Amino acid sequence: MKPKAAVHQEGLKRFNRVKPMTNSLISLLFIMFAFAALIPLVFVLIISLSAESSIAEKGYSFFPQQWSTDAYLELWKSRAYIGRAFLNSIGITFVGTIMGLVLISTMGYTLSRPNFYFKKTYTWLIFLPMLFSGGLVASYMVNTQVYHLKNTYWILLLTGCCSSWYIIIMRTFFQTTVPDSIIESGKVDGASQLRIFLQLVLPVSLPVIATIGLFLTFSYWNAWYSAMLYITTNHKELYPLQYVLISIERNVDFLAKAEEYLSATGGLAEKVPTETIRMAIVMVIVLPISASYPFFQKYFISGLTIGAVKG
Amino acid sequence: MKKKVAGKLKTVRKRFRKDDLELMIISSPTVLWFLAFSYVPLFGIIFAFKNYRLTPGKGFIYSLFVSSKWVGLKNFEFLFRTPDLGNILRNTLLYNVAFIIIGVSLPVVLAVLIHEMFSKKLAKACQTAMFLPHFLSWVVVSYFAFAFLSSDKGLLNYMRNLFGQADIMWYQSPQYWPFILIFINTWKTIGYSMVIYMASITSIDTTMYESAVIDGASKWQQIKGITLPMLRPVISIMLILNLGHIFSTDFGLFYIVTRDSGSILSVTQTLDVYVYKALMQQNNYNYSAAVSLFQSVLGCILILISNKVVKRIDPESGLF
Repeated sequence: MKPKAAVHQEGLKRFNRVKPMTNSLISLLFIMFAFAALIPLVFVLIISLSAESSIAEKGYSFFPQQWSTDAYLELWKSRAYIGRAFLNSIGITFVGTIMGLVLISTMGYTLSRPNFYFKKTYTWLIFLPMLFSGGLVASYMVNTQVYHLKNTYWILLLTGCCSSWYIIIMRTFFQTTVPDSIIESGKVDGASQLRIFLQLVLPVSLPVIATIGLFLTFSYWNAWYSAMLYITTNHKELYPLQYVLISIERNVDFLAKAEEYLSATGGLAEKVPTETIRMAIVMVIVLPISASYPFFQKYFISGLTIGAVKG
Repeated sequence: MKKKVAGKLKTVRKRFRKDDLELMIISSPTVLWFLAFSYVPLFGIIFAFKNYRLTPGKGFIYSLFVSSKWVGLKNFEFLFRTPDLGNILRNTLLYNVAFIIIGVSLPVVLAVLIHEMFSKKLAKACQTAMFLPHFLSWVVVSYFAFAFLSSDKGLLNYMRNLFGQADIMWYQSPQYWPFILIFINTWKTIGYSMVIYMASITSIDTTMYESAVIDGASKWQQIKGITLPMLRPVISIMLILNLGHIFSTDFGLFYIVTRDSGSILSVTQTLDVYVYKALMQQNNYNYSAAVSLFQSVLGCILILISNKVVKRIDPESGLF
C-alpha cells in the first residue's frame, strides 16, 4: 500500500495534486469527522470513571470533579451475573462463528463447482431468502412452537449464523481466486470432494475465511435482538452482555428506587453507582472491539470489495 | 422446481456423478439450515389470513392449520383502517429516503476528498476512526446518545444551561427526533459507506488520470469525467440495495436508540417497530403477520423493479 502511494506521488501525480490550501481544508474536515466518530466513546469512558457524586452534581461531563473506579469494582462484585453474561457472549461468539464458517464455506464451495448437478437449484435456494421472507411472526412462532428453541443457547447461535450474502462472497472468492488446477490435481489423485475442500481449497482461502469469520465474530458479539425476542426474564443465566445492557435499564432504576425508599425511611443501603455502572458495562463491550478492529480492518475492506463483485 | 431443473440439466448437460453426491453431503447442513429457518417459516404467512387461537391440548400446528378460523383479508382491512398506519408508513419511507440521499451522496463526496489528501497516513487514521461506529451495536449507540441527550444529566442540556437556556426533555420532544435519528444513522454508517467507494476509487486505472492531466483537465473535470462515471456501477448497486429495503428500517435505531419512548412515537414508529410491538407487547399475531407480509411483498416487488430499472440504465450494474 505505502510504496504504491509513494510512487503515485511522483512526477505527473505531483503535478496533479490539489493546492496545499485545499489539502489543509480537507485534512481539517476529516480530522473533525474522526473526532466526531470517537468522541462519544471517550465520553462514555470518562463517565464510567467518574465518581457518582460528581455526576449527581454536574451531570455527565468530560471533566468530572472526581474520578473513581467504583463502577468497575461494582461490576466485579456482581460477577455472578455480569461475568456469566460476559462468558455467554464469548462462548456464543466463538461457537457461532465456527458454526457459521462451516455452513457458509461448504455451501460456498459447492456453488463454486461449475459442474455441480444441482447448481441452479441450490443457487435459487440461497438466493430467494434475500428477496422474500415470512416475517417476524412466522419465524417467531416456528422457532418457539415447532422447534422449541425459546430460552436455549441454540436460538442465539442459530439465528444469524448463515447468510446468503456471505455465501455469495465465499463462492465468488472460490471461483475467482482458487485455481482450477488445484482441484483437478486433487481429483487426479482420487481425493474425495471433502478432502479436496479441506486439504487443498481451505489452505489457500484463508483471507476470505478470515473476512467472513470476522464479520460473524463482530455480529455475534453485537447481537441482542434474538435474546430480546427469545430469552425471557426468568432465564437470566442465558443473557449475553448486550442484552444485559438493555435489561439492566429497568433493574438499575429499580435498585435506585429501592435505595431512595430505604434512605427516606432511614434504612442505610449500600450506595450502588447506578449511573456509572451502565457505562462501565458499555465499556466492557466496546473496548475489545475498538482495541481490535483497526488490526482487522483490511479484512473487512477486502470482504466489502469481494462482495461488490456480483455473479 | 428441483425436478424440473434437474430434468432440464440431464438432457442438456450431464449425468449425476459421485462428486455431486459428495458435494450434496458436504453442503447438506447449510441446506437444512435454509430449509429450517428460511423456508419452513414461510408457512407462517397464513397467520395473516387466520384468526389464530391456541386450542388447549392440541398443540400449535393443529391450532393454526385446523382449528383457527380463516378470515380472508380481514386482518389487512383492519390494518388499513388503523389511523396510525399512514403515519407509520410516512416515517418508514421518509427516513429511508433521507438515509438514502445522505447515505449515497455524502460518502461519495468524502471518498473523493479523502483520496486527494497529501498525507496517506493521516487519511488512513481518519478513515479508521470513522469506521469505528460501524462495529458498535445499536444498544451501545443508544447509551452514547443517552450520555448527550439525558434530560437531567446529558451534556447537551448542560451546555444549554451554560448559555442560560432551559433544559429540553429530548426523549419527550418529537420535533427534534427526525434530525437526531438522521444524524445518528449518518454517524454510524458513514465510515463504512465511504470505505466502499474508496475501494472503487483506488481500483480505477490511474493511466486515465494521467492522460487527462496531459490534456490539461482540471481536478474538477477529472472527478466529473473519470471518477464519478467509474463509480456509477457501485453507486447503482448501493441504490438498488437501499431502494429494495425502503420499507424496512433498522429496528435498533428506531426502538432501542429512542428508548421506546411513548411521547415521540409519532415520529419514531416505523413498520418494523410496529410489527415487533404488535407481536411482543400486544400478542396480536395475525395483525403483526399481516403487516409483515405487506412489508415483505412490497419489499420484494421493489427489489425486482429497481433491479430492472438499473439494468436498463446500465446492464452491467444489476444485482441479478
